[in-house]
Amino acid sequence: MGIFILRRLGVMLLTALCLTFIVFWLTNLYPNLEKLAKTQGNFRMSDEAVESYLGNRGYLDPTPVKFGRWLGVVPGWVTETEDGKVFGRCFGDGTPEEDRPRFCGVIQGDWGFSTVFKEDVGPTVLTRLGLTGKLMLCVILLMVPSALVVGVLAGMREGSRMDRSLSTFSIATTATPEYVSGVIFIAVLASSRFGLSPLLADWGWIDSKTLFLGSATSAMDDATFWNFFLPVLTISLYGMGYIARMTRASMTEVMTAQYIRTARLKGVKFSDIVLKHALRNALIAPFTVIMLQIPWLLNGVVIVETLFNYKGFGWLLVQAASNNDIELLLAVSVVSVIVVLVTQLISDIGYVFLNPRIRIT
Amino acid sequence: MEALTWTGSMSWLNPVLWLAVGIMAVAYVVQIMLSFIPAAGVRTIGTGGVAAANQGITGLIGKVGAYGFFASLGLVVLYLLAGVVMGTGAGIIGGMSRQFVPVWIALIVTFALSIKFKRKLGLYGKLFDSTVGMIGFALVMFWVFTGILGGVFDLVITHDSLSQVSGMKNKLPGTALARAEPADYQWFLLGGDNLARDVFSRLIKGSWVVIQIAPMATIFAFMVGITLGLPAGYYGGKLDVFLSFLANLILAFPVILIFYLLVTPEIVLTGLPSYMAIVLFVFPLVFLAVLLNSRLYTQPSLRTPVMIVILGVIGWLYLSMISNDGALVKTLTYEIPGLPTFLDLFDIGPGLLVVFVAVVFVNAPTVFRIVRGLALDIKTRDYVAAAQTRGEGPWYIMLWEILPNARGPLIVDFCLRIGYTTILLGTLGFFGLGLESESPDWGTTINAGRRLLSLYPHAAIAPALALLSLVLGLNLLADGLREESLRD
Repeated sequence: MGIFILRRLGVMLLTALCLTFIVFWLTNLYPNLEKLAKTQGNFRMSDEAVESYLGNRGYLDPTPVKFGRWLGVVPGWVTETEDGKVFGRCFGDGTPEEDRPRFCGVIQGDWGFSTVFKEDVGPTVLTRLGLTGKLMLCVILLMVPSALVVGVLAGMREGSRMDRSLSTFSIATTATPEYVSGVIFIAVLASSRFGLSPLLADWGWIDSKTLFLGSATSAMDDATFWNFFLPVLTISLYGMGYIARMTRASMTEVMTAQYIRTARLKGVKFSDIVLKHALRNALIAPFTVIMLQIPWLLNGVVIVETLFNYKGFGWLLVQAASNNDIELLLAVSVVSVIVVLVTQLISDIGYVFLNPRIRIT
Repeated sequence: MEALTWTGSMSWLNPVLWLAVGIMAVAYVVQIMLSFIPAAGVRTIGTGGVAAANQGITGLIGKVGAYGFFASLGLVVLYLLAGVVMGTGAGIIGGMSRQFVPVWIALIVTFALSIKFKRKLGLYGKLFDSTVGMIGFALVMFWVFTGILGGVFDLVITHDSLSQVSGMKNKLPGTALARAEPADYQWFLLGGDNLARDVFSRLIKGSWVVIQIAPMATIFAFMVGITLGLPAGYYGGKLDVFLSFLANLILAFPVILIFYLLVTPEIVLTGLPSYMAIVLFVFPLVFLAVLLNSRLYTQPSLRTPVMIVILGVIGWLYLSMISNDGALVKTLTYEIPGLPTFLDLFDIGPGLLVVFVAVVFVNAPTVFRIVRGLALDIKTRDYVAAAQTRGEGPWYIMLWEILPNARGPLIVDFCLRIGYTTILLGTLGFFGLGLESESPDWGTTINAGRRLLSLYPHAAIAPALALLSLVLGLNLLADGLREESLRD
């Protein structure tokens, strides 16, 4: 087991390195750098001005060298301008010579400087991650129990009306991407002119103008049911259908097993069969699915945070990518790669613990 | 001209429809509640061992629910039929139904022919034994016919999808056209968007964009996945480790990050999408070449002409596809010459090409993993061992023994994946990547409509529902196919 985890960690590290290198390479292609220089300097920069801006900041060195600098294994660039100013990757203008560090990269704990937000990348990413963590927690709290309930209810009597209704429901949710359900929810539940809200307001059932708030910006400081439920519901719905279908499949398989038949013939109550005999075995397969679903939630988070204007990690990704903020984008991709790989690892290890028939050699 | 209501002169039927829908909903809910209470012996066996309908309260409610369902379905069909006869007399729904007449005809012909000859049509024919599969197929074909008839032959649309009509900005569905000429269609059936264009016509034109790109991109992804997945699963070893690592690498990227990195004008300038297109689009060529060669290499006199003709045609298409304006790759600093323009059959704009490449690139690793898993499983079968003993080559075994036996799961996944590709295209449009902002495809339209969502939702809701119905149709179709392919 220990060797298995170690080997997986090694592969994870290698994957993360390759991925960040690809991101690094793509963001450092010349047209992207030119765009960066023009957004940072001004849009009417001449080609020479762009060259000197980029050259002074070490952007025109070979990609492996730049990547090494970001990692912290190659000394940072130092530029001395004609008027005697000295500045570098690791220190600003006017730092005394003895205080200038040579290396500053991820290994030294320095994630760089965001060109969009004019802040250090580390704290920026952490704050945004905290906000998205709040969103994800609510999503998982809503999605996983309801998906499991739907799946178990549908799977306990295969072919019944309940099975068919719930299965149709789960297929429908997997066919509704976040940007479709989000748009429909906002139009139906959060518009002061259309859908349910005007009706309910007329009848005096709701105090505010709309049933829910169509923007989650205020939920960043103070999340309430009113301003936070729609984004949570939108993300949960798309992920839910898949988990529910997997749970259903695993439940129907368990319900046809020999030991269930034995229990039925012994005369055990149906509810006891479902809760005591079937449920535990039926939940092994969905566990893996739930863990593997978490990276998918990341996509949903990006869409929903854009749609509902919730300034979390997904919103950060969009900002970083659309402004070619290289170091911020690298930090964002490192975080998302770690999320993907760690959930894979947890799902593998958890599967072994849940299912004693599987052994890792 | 007056503004249209949703159902026009058929409005007297609305209370009946609501009643039927209400009864159906209540009956379903009650039935689900009742199913928590165990009820023994509601199903009796009649004479001759035929099971009778459920009796008692459960049976009654079941019947009520079914009648409610059929009544609502019948009423909806009635609205559509009235629309075909009366046109806009039957309101917006009627007007749309009239516009869709060519699509209805095509659908009815397809279904009539398919059901008539379903026993001779293999797996496709068996689809018509499953209700779910038929519903899914109907939804998918509805949009396919709409895309082809409306997008290519301009039959269904009412206005030009790009022209702006003054005075129609953000107008509600059914608004009469301002300052209409007699020759114009007199209404904006689904209203106007924020640039005063007809939402209905853009919806139809958008379906053509989706119907074109999604299946093609999925086919390419399958070609890449199959061509790499079969040897990875069959040979195993170092090749498998390497290819799986690459696939996992791509899968570890969040999809949206890939899109944001690849589908930007700056990346198009570097020529990277063209290189990726050259690599990714060669796979169908390789696949076909290996497929034919492994089968026919024992008969060189047949193989050589067949290969030359087929590979010539496909190769020509391949070169036309990857070369634009006589160049394979065109950047600011250098150019790699490609097919001369007079030989170039069609041009894909750089914007569309990069979307295509990105979608194939995202989908291919998943297909690779599925094919690899199937190959790993199937290569242990006896018929593979028999082929090995006969002395067949490895590619023959992979493509003519393993692949046909893996077709069931692959066909099902193909349907699901077209749906997923449609969702991905919508995602690209939603973030304003790739296709130009006036493109009528559904994702871009949703993106344009969401800014005024709480005031004028119709411009975003219409494409959202269209996308939902197409993807739902594909999922139902996949479900029906899975059911039917498991049956034998």
